[in-house]
Amino acid sequence: MPESVPLDALVGRIRDGQSLAVPSDVGGVSMAATRALIRRGVRRLHLIGVPTSGLQADLLIGAGCVDLLEASAVSLAEHGVAPRFTDAIRSGAIQMRDATCPAVHAGLVAAEKGVPFMPIRGLIGSDLLRHRPDWQVIDNPLAAEPDPIVLIPAIRPDTVLFHAPLADRAGNVWVGMRRELMVMAHAARETLVTVERIVDTDLLADPQRAPAVVPSLYVSAVALAPKGAWPLALHGEYAADDECLRAYAKAARSAQGFRDWLDGYLG
Amino acid sequence: MATLADRQTSLFLASALADVFRGVPTLAIGANSPIPAAAALLAQHREPSMRVSILGSPAHNPYTNGGGELFDYAAEGRLACFVLGALQIDGAGNLNLVSVGDYDQPTVRYPGSFGSGLLYYTVPRVVVFREDHSPRALVERVDFVSATGTSPPGVYRPGGPAYLVTGKAVFRFDREHAQFALQSVHPGHTLDEVMAATGFHFACADGVPAVTALPSEQDCRWLTGPIADALLGGYPEFARLLTGD
Repeated sequence: MPESVPLDALVGRIRDGQSLAVPSDVGGVSMAATRALIRRGVRRLHLIGVPTSGLQADLLIGAGCVDLLEASAVSLAEHGVAPRFTDAIRSGAIQMRDATCPAVHAGLVAAEKGVPFMPIRGLIGSDLLRHRPDWQVIDNPLAAEPDPIVLIPAIRPDTVLFHAPLADRAGNVWVGMRRELMVMAHAARETLVTVERIVDTDLLADPQRAPAVVPSLYVSAVALAPKGAWPLALHGEYAADDECLRAYAKAARSAQGFRDWLDGYLG
Repeated sequence: MATLADRQTSLFLASALADVFRGVPTLAIGANSPIPAAAALLAQHREPSMRVSILGSPAHNPYTNGGGELFDYAAEGRLACFVLGALQIDGAGNLNLVSVGDYDQPTVRYPGSFGSGLLYYTVPRVVVFREDHSPRALVERVDFVSATGTSPPGVYRPGGPAYLVTGKAVFRFDREHAQFALQSVHPGHTLDEVMAATGFHFACADGVPAVTALPSEQDCRWLTGPIADALLGGYPEFARLLTGD
């Protein structure tokens, strides 16, 4: 049974050098755990944006926590480019594995099925493919005519980390419409979740709710973190804090501005 | 500060995009695309049977199988039309959403390829939208190919570019010759200006080019009324720009 633990104990399970998969900025990002990770000084992460990332990746990169980033895109959406990401790519401070959204999803689906790869359409002839030696092209063995198709290797993250509206005492986690979180939990070796609320009822007992519940089978630990996605939005709970995000986008344009902003954020 | 010109430009571009969406049964708009989102809803007002989904707008998101579902829907061939933006577009229809200069040491780095690596290949009518019509954006050859404009025979390729809409003109893409052909020039712009601002060669009929149609009065009523209201959830600032508040 997963443990309900304090936030610092939850992030203590994430070790230097691990692969860490996180949802997009609108998908339930655990900013509370991100802050705790930065405070602790985690290093050399292999960060995977499913299928993109934003503020979370920018903070972790700016704070020197990331060696390798795999994502289809990193941006602050309407607040513009992710400045620390952009700077780190241009200076070569991090290694980038550019992806495309369906490839990230396909890699996770392969992992949850326990198979080594998933074929996907598209990509052929692109520089995306050329820069990904781990993505391989085979000739579709089931077709009568030549039919090249790309194989995406299974993505099996050491850890998946996200924020959700609620969990129950047994560690079942309700994710609502964000079903990619379910796939991520199925694919990962360990799933760590922060939640707005922990309820006394059994989330699996309610047939209306159960289909959107990540069963505790896949969950390693849960920590209570009210407003844990702030300043990002949590679907169905609260909107993004646009003023805060705007201030970040402006401050983080320079390394010094980023450090000052981060000091305030870490408190 | 939003100006009247921003508002007029947004109404016009939404209408120009809606014109090239005409007749598609299914249309999806990606995240962070306010003008295409307004255009999609305008196309749906004109043709109520059109199925429109807009990522980032909960009221226009019918998918229940998570963030990967749109790509499955497109890969199956169910999605007829999608809009893609790009940092660079070249004359062969190749898109670059990644970087300018050397990939390992770029001079400009953009967010990344998003879903283009699959959607550009599988969606039959992709509309490429880039408001900045300049030799910087419309180049002879992109620095990084996020997705190719065409594919050689034998490669599964039901999709690809159909139109390029910019702040100055509308182009059609000719798949057979792998090149863009000028369809119309926006009011207030000239063919000479379009040629000077386009970094790639494009086909062009003899004579004075057609002029991109202005939105009708009905279009403007829809855009500034029910469409602006519908976009308040996902794009509050843009919605206020449309209504003029």
